[in-house]
Amino acid sequence: MATASADHAHEHVHYTTTGLDHRKIAIWAFIGSECMLFASLISTYLIYKGRSIVGPFPHEAWTSPSGQKFNAILNIPVTSMSTFVLLMSSLAMVLALAAVENRGKPGYVGTALGNSKLWLAATALLGATFLGFQAFEFTSFVHEGLTIKTNLFGSSFFTLTGFHGAHVTVGVLWLLTLLAIDFKRGLTPKDALIVDICALYWHFVDVVWIAIFTLVYLIK
Amino acid sequence: MATIAASPTHAGNHAASETGLWSWISTVDHKRIGTLYLFTALFFFLFGGLEAFVIRLQLAQPNGHVVSAEFYNQLFTMHGTTMVFLAVMPLSAAFFNYLIPLQIGARDVAFPRLNAFSYWVYLLGGIFITVPIFFGLAPNGGWFGYAPLTTIQFSGGLNIDFWVMGLQILGISSLAAAFNFITTIINMRAPGMTLMRMPMFTWMSFIVQFLLVLAFPPITIALVFLLFDRFFGTQFYAIAAGADPLLWQHLFWVFGHPEVYILILPAFGLVSEILPTFSKKPLFGYHVMVYSGIMIGFLGFGVWAHHMFAVGMGATADAIFSMATMLIAIPTGVKIFNWIATMWAGEVRFTTPMKFAIGLVALFTIGGISGVMHSSAPADTQQTDTYFIVAHFHYVLFGGSIMGIFGGIYHYFPKMFGRYMSEKLGTWHFWLNFVGMNLTFFPMHFSGLLGMPRRIYTYDAGQGWEKFNMASTIGTVLLVIATFVFVVNFLKSRKGGTPAPNDAWGAGTLEWSIPSPPPDYNFAEIPVVTSRYPLWDVKHPEMTADLAHSGPDAMTITDAHATPVHEETSRKTAAELGIPMPFPTVKPLFTALGIVIMFAGLLFMHLDKFALAMTITIGGASLMVGSLYAWLTSPLE
Amino acid sequence: MTDHHHADHEHEHPTWTQYKWVAIVLTAITAVEVWIYYTPFKDSPLFVPVLLIMSAVKFAIVVLFYMHLKYDHKLFKALFTGPLIIAMCTIMALLFLFKKLSI
Repeated sequence: MATASADHAHEHVHYTTTGLDHRKIAIWAFIGSECMLFASLISTYLIYKGRSIVGPFPHEAWTSPSGQKFNAILNIPVTSMSTFVLLMSSLAMVLALAAVENRGKPGYVGTALGNSKLWLAATALLGATFLGFQAFEFTSFVHEGLTIKTNLFGSSFFTLTGFHGAHVTVGVLWLLTLLAIDFKRGLTPKDALIVDICALYWHFVDVVWIAIFTLVYLIK
Repeated sequence: MATIAASPTHAGNHAASETGLWSWISTVDHKRIGTLYLFTALFFFLFGGLEAFVIRLQLAQPNGHVVSAEFYNQLFTMHGTTMVFLAVMPLSAAFFNYLIPLQIGARDVAFPRLNAFSYWVYLLGGIFITVPIFFGLAPNGGWFGYAPLTTIQFSGGLNIDFWVMGLQILGISSLAAAFNFITTIINMRAPGMTLMRMPMFTWMSFIVQFLLVLAFPPITIALVFLLFDRFFGTQFYAIAAGADPLLWQHLFWVFGHPEVYILILPAFGLVSEILPTFSKKPLFGYHVMVYSGIMIGFLGFGVWAHHMFAVGMGATADAIFSMATMLIAIPTGVKIFNWIATMWAGEVRFTTPMKFAIGLVALFTIGGISGVMHSSAPADTQQTDTYFIVAHFHYVLFGGSIMGIFGGIYHYFPKMFGRYMSEKLGTWHFWLNFVGMNLTFFPMHFSGLLGMPRRIYTYDAGQGWEKFNMASTIGTVLLVIATFVFVVNFLKSRKGGTPAPNDAWGAGTLEWSIPSPPPDYNFAEIPVVTSRYPLWDVKHPEMTADLAHSGPDAMTITDAHATPVHEETSRKTAAELGIPMPFPTVKPLFTALGIVIMFAGLLFMHLDKFALAMTITIGGASLMVGSLYAWLTSPLE
Repeated sequence: MTDHHHADHEHEHPTWTQYKWVAIVLTAITAVEVWIYYTPFKDSPLFVPVLLIMSAVKFAIVVLFYMHLKYDHKLFKALFTGPLIIAMCTIMALLFLFKKLSI
């Protein structure tokens, strides 16, 4: 059974059955739901793999009936870089959370480790860099002849990675909001929960990319 | 974010205005939101019923001329869409909202403003998808909207645009509510209420919330693909580009099958509350009822392709889905037996709610039998797409869900409005409903097996279908009369019914320990729960003597405000009791409005007004973001 | 019944060392994944299973350590693994139904 602390004159902590915060439970339920969302997008991508009638194609070159030549469109080296960037952003995120949780503790006071603004900004910056890579990728694909309308590959690829990118964008905005709060009034250990929730969302978005990178880019 | 659990409250709680339109528009109280859902859903139920009535007028005789073929398509599409998304699901939501906090001993749901948001999105989405019928633009691709038929190539008007966007909007409502109730049920149960002491309605609802959060994403994606195809030229359902004609069907039914369990489990939960009350016995086999509900929920994700036995998936797929479908009949059948055992040797009182609950047990069984017949893929090849299927699902949805919901309405009306509904009118309603429902849908088994296809606007004479169709239409007339009786009863009883006490029926769960209707804070003191039937423990301990118990002193009462279960009679206000109440707010409403405007803007793209479309969409998005920001940065209470 | 404190006070945390090692392992696995893509191993029938296993390991360590599912209340494990299993089964069932996988 969980505790509710005794009422103070100025503070009211709600009783909960588990001792956990509502919002943390809700975000995990949300993440569960998102598993099905991305499962549907990924399934469609895999179902349509190899079934486009016209190119460009992800891993093979193609010559159109009119004689125009297209290379395999996916760029593994560049995407490996962006994958690495996103993975590092998760590291920055855990450090941001640790900085907030341990504010004021020895080993964190006055050190880089304890600088929550640094790590929140780093996460947001790395996330934005990932988005930059995505933007670069999308525009170069369009230049190379692949749009969302071109074929099954284009439709399923841009929709899947676009949804992922939209999730990253929301995450970056969320991080910037936390950063703004940190500048305005400082994030204390009491704020650890709201940073934690952002972190869970952020890591999940990273984890989805791990799946996408393998299934879309590395497997032919 | 300012909405932190330990944020300071405002000591001077301003009392929300109790009456008037504004109090309803700005409410975040789960009971008011539940009431809003109830009225709105009943309205849509009537509207969907009217659509059905016109369908039956058209089909009463061969070569009917009541409506055109085109309008007929809109009628059956909207009848299905309305009944599933705007009537039955929201009627269940009315009960989730009203009842779950009361049953678990909580003061509200975990996220009251999100709760209000869910309702407003439902209302606005329901209006969005319903209004087009007045302009002859209603969705017309069936409630299941199969692509490629619903792609722009084959459905060029605005009809399907309304459908795609309407369903996306409604999906947001259901998902938001599901996250809310999952959190509420996990985290806001009164001390002593372990999961295995929760009332059965709350348990079934808990399972349904998980079905919602897992089933809606696939249809969200299917709809995204269709929206993108229709508006942005993608190829998801474009056969010429190599698309698979079955992609839509699979994605839709991965949602669609769990959806039908979403439609029935709440009604099952209501029956599991009503039967013990009017048998004066605890529910038989509580654990089995819980586990069978969980099995149904889980297995429900593994049977979807039984809606596709005629598409040519191959023998292996057909066999696997057949077996899974037969398997799922087992936990369902188990419930029927447990309900019968609950009534067996009980002191049965045949009140109106009891009649409806027993009606569900009988009629759902009939629907279940035809369901098992469909589960055999070879047999289904004859049955699919005929009226035999229409018979099945109306037995389980009308004989099942609707009967259960009506039972719930009669049962909980005293709690909600402080007055009983008329037993006399209720009895008339029940019997007219029972006879009407059977007269309408039983003949469809025959016309279906005689080959009458679904979704045809008329049929030729001489195929042996006439008398069955005429019988169905006469049955529909009885249903119309029955519904009229219900509406009269409902409206009259609100002000004129016999006043009801806390414990209107002699029931055993927590919601009956507080006044009818409850004060806005629900429980003056959070109770400590000692068994599955906490109120019977206090009032009729002999009835729960066989159940596992713990007395109040076996549990450390750690919440300073928790006390033993008792009937509360205090009529003090929240302020007098020092209970902080959430602030009323319209921010959820404006967020919902922003979302609907965003979608509505897209429609103008199909009217070749691109600039207008962008303006409206961006305007809607701004309203949504602005309202959401205001919402997230203001304190709850 | 014992009182539980708020979850944050009592549970273990991954340390900086663990976080660093997770990051190193993630980078290393990613490097291996990309490396084998450019070797003849990519034409072997084991390529896809090996990649899937490596990705699953990355997935698991991010979830267990960065999302600290390993250290948190078991409720969160349940809230995540249930949907994850259903999602995985749905993907596999759809791939089978669309003849991308054979039994």
